[in-house]
Amino acid sequence: MIRVRLPEQLRTLAGVGKEVGVEVAGEITLRGVIDAIEASYPMLRGTIRDPATGRRRPYIRFFVAEQDYSNLSPDDPLPTALSGGREVLMVVGAIAGG
Amino acid sequence: MSGVRLLVGTRKGAFVLTSDGKRQDWKVEGPLFGGWEVFHVKASPADPKRIFASLSKGWFGQVIQRSDDGGKNWEPIGNEFTYGSGPGNHLWYDGSERPFEFTRIWQFHPSREDPDVVLAGAEDAAIFRSEDGGRNWNELTSLRASTGSGWQPGAGGLCLHTILSNPADPAQLRIAISAAGVFGSEDSGKNWKPMNRGLSSEYIPDPDAEIGHCVHRIANHPDRPEVLFMQKHWDVMRSDDGGANWREISGNLPSDFGFAIGVHAHEPETVYVVPITSDSEHFPPEGRLRVYRSRTGGNEWEPLTSGLPQENCYVNVLRGAMSLDDLDPCGVYFGTTAGQVYASADDGDSWTEIVRDLPAVLSVEVQTLS
Repeated sequence: MIRVRLPEQLRTLAGVGKEVGVEVAGEITLRGVIDAIEASYPMLRGTIRDPATGRRRPYIRFFVAEQDYSNLSPDDPLPTALSGGREVLMVVGAIAGG
Repeated sequence: MSGVRLLVGTRKGAFVLTSDGKRQDWKVEGPLFGGWEVFHVKASPADPKRIFASLSKGWFGQVIQRSDDGGKNWEPIGNEFTYGSGPGNHLWYDGSERPFEFTRIWQFHPSREDPDVVLAGAEDAAIFRSEDGGRNWNELTSLRASTGSGWQPGAGGLCLHTILSNPADPAQLRIAISAAGVFGSEDSGKNWKPMNRGLSSEYIPDPDAEIGHCVHRIANHPDRPEVLFMQKHWDVMRSDDGGANWREISGNLPSDFGFAIGVHAHEPETVYVVPITSDSEHFPPEGRLRVYRSRTGGNEWEPLTSGLPQENCYVNVLRGAMSLDDLDPCGVYFGTTAGQVYASADDGDSWTEIVRDLPAVLSVEVQTLS
């Protein structure tokens, strides 16, 4: 199981707590994790990435173990420490607006 | 006893304001969807308990919510708006080409007959249709195919902000886009044509061009759908032939710049606007908030001031922020960018502030409840 921490607005939208757990078969990638999130929580479709282009929304960031993976290709592997929930994929809404 | 429900969209959530038919005492509920920009909240005429809400946020894009119990409970529904065939690009502010990209829904237009059918106007400008209550959306592509490659955004974005239909012939549609103009369809959106003859806009190279006019809002009376009223960037306009030809009716208004326009529920020749000083000064002339009413279909306007601030008022009233109910006397409502919502229960003769200090009001829709 992959642990994912969602920003507050998306927790409210999905009606979940700070973290959700999703299953990803095979290699852990951003595409795989977001696919799993959207499958489990259809109301989040399009909120993390643009549904038409598949691009990460500009103000969204992805952190794992204090490293920024926001600009990783969607199909590149994420740290294996996500496997089994040893680390958390943090989906972060960037600070903007002062 | 009859009553009214105001559905108010703001920069930071939605609010529901309810009253009985007297429209004197109001209950304010909200915010719903706190933190989200709510561009439009609109109930289905075919099922008044079904309400659609358009939420967007720079971080998380567009979410569409629907209630089937009059706003008590909501569920996210379809938010995939995929542009179909047609021009890939429109013009950007500087004249360069830019791809059509979906940002948000500005307006819902639910069917009067079928609660599952709803049209939605988008930014970048396009019109979508759902036949399953908003779960799935399909673009009516011929609108953009006609002239879309030449459209340019107004300051608020390239938005399709107004959708009107003819109650007697639902296939007849009129829509407005900033800053492209008015377009009409006689066949439920299969074919479209520009309907801007008579408009003149000095901010485009050819002031009488077929497209390029910054139409802020259009409105009509359901019993006389062929008569259209328009608040353009500058100029208040009227068409007596369904939009084929327009003529100016600004008359004695203190400014013919503005955003909102509405038509009285029982008097098709009674029209309301809120004059704004200019395109750079988005506040009322002289700092006095005045609704202007014409009972002659335009040209002759009277200021309505009772109950409205008449000094030091520098708010704006946006294009979607005025609505009129079906009661008698007709109720008129509008919201401001400073978060007030005003109501008149007597055709606009006098006004009361229902609520103040909300986030900036983007849209006001009234439901008349039986």
